[in-house]
Amino acid sequence: MEKRELTCIQCPMGCAITVEMDGGEVVNITGYTCNRGKIYAGKEVTNTTRTVTSSVRVTGSAKEDMVSVKTKTDIPKSKVFECAKALKGVTVQAPVHIGDVIVRDVAGTGVDVVATRNA
Amino acid sequence: MAEKYDIVIIGGGPAGLAAAAAAYDAGAGKILILERDRMLGGILNQCIHNGFGLHTFNEELTGPEYADRFIRKVEERKIEYKLNTMVMNMTADRTITAMNREDGMFDIEAGAVILAMGCRERPRGALNIPGYRPAGIFTAGTAQRLVNMEGFMPGREVVILGSGDIGLIMARRMTLEGAKVKVVAELMPYSGGLKRNIVQCLDDFGIPLKLSTTVVDIEGKERVEGVTLAKVDGSGKPIPGTEEHYTCDTLLLSVGLIPENDLSRQMGVEMSPVTRGPVVNESLETNLPGVFACGNVLHVHDLVDFVSEEAGIAGRNAAEYVKTGRGAGKESGIPVIAKDGVRYTVPSSIRPEFMNDRLVIRFRVGGVYRNCYISAYIGSERKIHKKCRIVAPGEMQQVILQKKDIEAAGSVENVTVCLEQE
Repeated sequence: MEKRELTCIQCPMGCAITVEMDGGEVVNITGYTCNRGKIYAGKEVTNTTRTVTSSVRVTGSAKEDMVSVKTKTDIPKSKVFECAKALKGVTVQAPVHIGDVIVRDVAGTGVDVVATRNA
Repeated sequence: MAEKYDIVIIGGGPAGLAAAAAAYDAGAGKILILERDRMLGGILNQCIHNGFGLHTFNEELTGPEYADRFIRKVEERKIEYKLNTMVMNMTADRTITAMNREDGMFDIEAGAVILAMGCRERPRGALNIPGYRPAGIFTAGTAQRLVNMEGFMPGREVVILGSGDIGLIMARRMTLEGAKVKVVAELMPYSGGLKRNIVQCLDDFGIPLKLSTTVVDIEGKERVEGVTLAKVDGSGKPIPGTEEHYTCDTLLLSVGLIPENDLSRQMGVEMSPVTRGPVVNESLETNLPGVFACGNVLHVHDLVDFVSEEAGIAGRNAAEYVKTGRGAGKESGIPVIAKDGVRYTVPSSIRPEFMNDRLVIRFRVGGVYRNCYISAYIGSERKIHKKCRIVAPGEMQQVILQKKDIEAAGSVENVTVCLEQE
C-alpha cells in the first residue's frame, strides 16, 4: 500500500489530502472537504492535469492591448509548455468576448483556449 | 454646490463592486463608485490565473472573469461610476473632494462612505537591501501588470524575494513565458503564500523555495546582474558564510501588501497597527459614523470570494445607515480580544443589537501552529473549539459567532479569539 500526501489546488483553501494506492489503483481518499477535492486527488495521482492561463495581443481594441485567455478545461500537465508555446505570437482582432475561442484544439489536447476578458 | 449621494464607494475593485451591488439591493438610492483606473475590476484585471470564485459561484474563474460577474451586477443595477477619478480628500462629515479630466475638481456630499481602496505592494524602499538602484527590480504585481496587460517581459533570468502569492503566481507565469526563474527566497521560516500556489507554481516547475533566506546584495549599476542570498538566523540577521550567488537580470519582490489608507487617515479614521486598516465594529463601520470599510483596505485577504462577502456586509450596513441612521453615535461595543497566537480580529468590537444572526470573525495567526484548536470565548464561556491540523500566517482563518449566544450571555466584558493546545 502506497500513501500520497497532496495539497489540493482546486481552491485557495489548500486542503491536505491523503490518497492510498495499491498497484496504481486508488483505494482510499481522505482529508478533502468538497467533491472537487476528491476528484482532484484521484486525478492528481493517475492523470495529472492543469488549467493554463495566459494573455495574447489584441488589435483594434480601444481599451486593451492584451486579452487574457485560458484553456477551457484542464489539460494534461505534460502539455502545459506546449500549450504556452502555441499561444506565443497569437494576435486576435477586437471585438473579443469572454468565452470566444482564441485557439482551437491547443497542442492536440482537444481543448480550446478561450478569452477571459472582453476587448 | 456639492452633489449629494446616498452612498459613495471609494474604489471600483472587487470590494467596491460587491459593496455597491449589495447596497443597491438593500434599498440605497443614489450610489456612486469612484475609481482611479481606466476600468472597473481593480487588481483582478491583471490576475489572469484561475482559482477565483469557487466559494461564490461554485466554478473556477480567472480574475477578469470574476470581475466581469460583478461589473455586470453594477451595470444591471445602473449604478453610477466615474473612472479615471482620483479622490483627493475626505472629511469626517463625509465630504469628498475628487478630480478627473472631464469634471475637474469637484466635491460630493455622501450620506455614507464605503472605503474600498484595496492595498499596495511593499516596495524595495521599504526593505533594507544594500546595493545600487539598477533597472530590473520590480514588485511582483508590477511585473504581473507588464506581462499580462501590457505584453512586456520584464526580464529573462529571475530571482524572487518573498513568497507572497503574487510572487508565486509570477514565478509560474514568467516560466511559461520562457524566463528562467532560479529561486524564490523567503525571509521567514514559512511561506507567506497559499499552499496551493507552492504546489502548482513552484513544485510543478521545479523552482526551489528557500526559507529563512534573504537577499543581502544586489549587483549591477545600470541593470541587475546578480543577487547574493544568505540564510538568516532566528532574528532575521544574515548568517555569514551562507552566501550564495545567483546571476540574474531581474529581481521580483513579493514581500507583503499594505492596505492603502492615506485617505482614511486623512479623514480621521482610527487605524489598527496590526492590520494597518481601519478599526471596525460588527457592521464594518469605522470610528466615524457612516464610514464603512471592506476588502483589502480593511485587512489583506487571500481569497477574493471573502472580499466580496465582506463587501456585501459593508454595503448592506451602509444602506441601513442611510435609511435609518442605525447605530449612529453608539460607538462602544463588546471588545473582541485577539490573543495566544491570534494577531488581530476583524471586527474588533460587537454591538449585539446591530449584529446579524451570525457574525463571521476573520483573523490571522502569528506563526505556524500544528494540531491546535481555534477557540472563541464569549465572556468566560468557550463557545467555539475547532481542531486544526495546521494554521499559518499565510492563510486567513475565521470563526462564526451566533447572535443568540451573545444575547444569552448577557453583559459580558469581552469576546476572545485564541489558539489553544487542547
